[in-house]
Amino acid sequence: MSPNFHIAYRFLTAKKRAMLMSLSCTVLGVGLFILTQATTSGFEEFFIKTILGTDGAIRIEDKFQDTLRVMSASAGTDFEVSQRDGVKYIEGVEEPKALIKELKNFSNVIAAAPVLRGSVQIRSSFKNETAQIFGIEIDEQLRVSDLGKQVIGGSGALARFRENEAGAIVGRVLADRLQLEVGNSIQVVIGSELTRLRVTTIFETGVQDIDKVRLYVHMSQARSILKKPTGVSFVQVSVFDRDRAPQTAAHIQWVLHHHAVAWQVREKTWLETFYALKLSSAITVSIFTLIAGLAMFNTLAMIVLEKTKDIAILRSMGYERSDITRIFLWQAVIVLLVGAVVGCLVGAGTTYAVSHLPLHLTGIFKTDTFQVYWSPWHYLAAVTTAAIMVMIASLFPARRAARFEPGDIVRGTAQ
Amino acid sequence: MAEAPSLALRCTELHRYLGEGDGRVHVLKGVSFEARRGQVYAIVGPSGCGKSTLLYLLGLLDQPDGGSIEINGHTMSNSDDLARTAARGAHIGFVFQFHFLMLEFTALENVMMPMRKLAKLAPADMEARAHQLLESVGLGEKTHRLGTQLSGGEQQRVAVARALANEPSIILADEPTGNLDVKNSGMVFDLLTRLAKDHGQAVILVTHNPEIAQRCDVIRPMRDGLFV
Repeated sequence: MSPNFHIAYRFLTAKKRAMLMSLSCTVLGVGLFILTQATTSGFEEFFIKTILGTDGAIRIEDKFQDTLRVMSASAGTDFEVSQRDGVKYIEGVEEPKALIKELKNFSNVIAAAPVLRGSVQIRSSFKNETAQIFGIEIDEQLRVSDLGKQVIGGSGALARFRENEAGAIVGRVLADRLQLEVGNSIQVVIGSELTRLRVTTIFETGVQDIDKVRLYVHMSQARSILKKPTGVSFVQVSVFDRDRAPQTAAHIQWVLHHHAVAWQVREKTWLETFYALKLSSAITVSIFTLIAGLAMFNTLAMIVLEKTKDIAILRSMGYERSDITRIFLWQAVIVLLVGAVVGCLVGAGTTYAVSHLPLHLTGIFKTDTFQVYWSPWHYLAAVTTAAIMVMIASLFPARRAARFEPGDIVRGTAQ
Repeated sequence: MAEAPSLALRCTELHRYLGEGDGRVHVLKGVSFEARRGQVYAIVGPSGCGKSTLLYLLGLLDQPDGGSIEINGHTMSNSDDLARTAARGAHIGFVFQFHFLMLEFTALENVMMPMRKLAKLAPADMEARAHQLLESVGLGEKTHRLGTQLSGGEQQRVAVARALANEPSIILADEPTGNLDVKNSGMVFDLLTRLAKDHGQAVILVTHNPEIAQRCDVIRPMRDGLFV
C-alpha cells in the first residue's frame, strides 16, 4: 500500500459520517442511473422486438420507375407515384418470387415473405369496421415475423387457419369491436363485392394500431378479394443483425431497384420519443451524481480544513505538493470505487426487483410487467458519470490542500 | 588538535518580512548563523523577536526575502519547492511545540511516515527502525497505540523519534518542551540531545525555558530580528 493511499484511507475513515454521506450519494446516483436506463431501454427494446416481430426489419415496396417500363406501365394503369426528390416509383412489387430469390444473396437477410395489402370493410352480425386485409403465405410469414407467438391458442390455432382456405386471423381489438370469436363468420366488403370468411384465429401484438385494423388471410384469398392476380404490396424481410438493417435496406434498394425501408426509418417517431425519454431520465438522474460530487466536495473541504496541521507535518517530512493532492484524490477514488461497486449492485438489485413489478400496458406494445434491459453500457455510463462528477468536485479541495505553505500553517497564518 | 565538527547548516544575512501593506513587519533583519553536527544550539529571546520565523526558514518551511541558507553545503534559499521538500525529507527533522502527531495513526506508523516517503529502507527495515527509535524514547510498549491514546509527554517523545527517523543531519525544535511539565520537559530534552549527540546531528531549538537553554552547547539570544 502506497503511503499516500494509506494516509488517504485513514483520513477518510476518521470522518465516518461525512464519508458515509458522500458514499450514499454516490451509491444512489449510480444505482438510480442504472435503474432508469434499464427501464427506459427495457420499454424501448420491448417496442423494437414487438415491431420487428410484427412488421419485420425491412419492408420492400414500390419498384423504381424504369424509363422503358414507365411507358408500358403507365399506359393502362395509374401505378406511378411521384416522389418529392423527383424519383418515380411503380407501386408494389410486381415479381415477388424473383425479388425474394435475389434477397437470398444478401448476407444479412434471414428470410423474406410477400404481403398483399388492401383496405376493406368487415361486417359481423353486430357492426361494421374498416380494416386492413393482409394476404400472406403463412409459412413464409412465420419466418419473418412473430405471428406464431402472437396468435392466441398457439399452433392449434395456426393449424385451423392453414386448413381453412377461407380462414382469417383477426386482430384482438378488431375482434372485440365486432364481437367475434373463433368460428364466427365475417363478411369482407370491397365496393359491391362481398366475400365470406371464417375467423379461425385471433392474434394480439399489443400494438393498438395493428390489433384494431389488421386481419390476415391466405394470399390466394386476398388476391381474389382485392382483385390483384399478380404482384404484392410489399415484401417483409427479417435480418440477422437488426442494427445493420439501414445499410442492408440501402444495399437492397441500390441492387434491386425497389424502395426498401428499414425499421429504424419506419419507426423513427417512436424511436426518437424513446431516445428523448432515455436522455431526459439520464439528465434527471445525473443530478443525484451531481449531489454526490457536492457531498464529496463538502467532505474533502472539511477534511482539508481539519487536517491543515497534518498537511504541514507531512510537508515538513518531505511529502511533496503532488503527494498532498494525491492523498485527497485517493479519498475521492476510495469513495468512488466503493460507491460504484455498491451502486452497481444496488442498480442491478432494484432493476431485478422492478422487472417483477406487475404493470399492464397496451397501446404501442403489450406487457404485464415492467420491462427492463440488461446492458453493461448502463453500468459503464453510470460509473463514468459518477467518476466525472466526484473527481471534478474533489480536485478543488485537493489542490487547495496542496497549495498550503507549511510555514504558514505552523505559524498559524494559513488561509 | 581535534578536527572541528562539520558544518550542517549555515545562513547568511537572512531577511524576512511578514504581513502586507501597513501591517508589514521586518521580522528578521539580516541574521547569520551556523550549526555544526553534534552540537545543540538554543535560540532564545522574547516573544515576537523572530526565533520561530528563523527556525522555519532554516527548516525550509518558509522562504526568505533576502540572504542565503546552506544545508550540508548546498544553497537551498533560492531552490524550488520540490528541491526544498526533498531536502527537508532527507536532511531535516522537526519537533514542534504541539507535537503535531497524526492522531489517526499509531506511534509506530507516525515514526514510519517520513521513512515511507523517503523509501530508502525496505518496509520490514522501516518497521524495525521505528521500533528501535520508539524503544530509545521509552515507548517500546506503546508502539501500536494511536496518537489519541498517548499522553502529551508521550506524544512529544514520539515526535522526537519521528524527527530522527530518516537520520537527518539537522534537528529543528520549536519550543519542544513548551507544552510539557517539568519532568517531561527534562526527559524530552535529554532524549533530543542524547540521540543527536549519539548520531552526530546538529540540534537547533527555540526555547523560552532558561534551564533548557543553559544545558545547550551554544546559546544565541535574539532581539528585534537580530542575534545580540
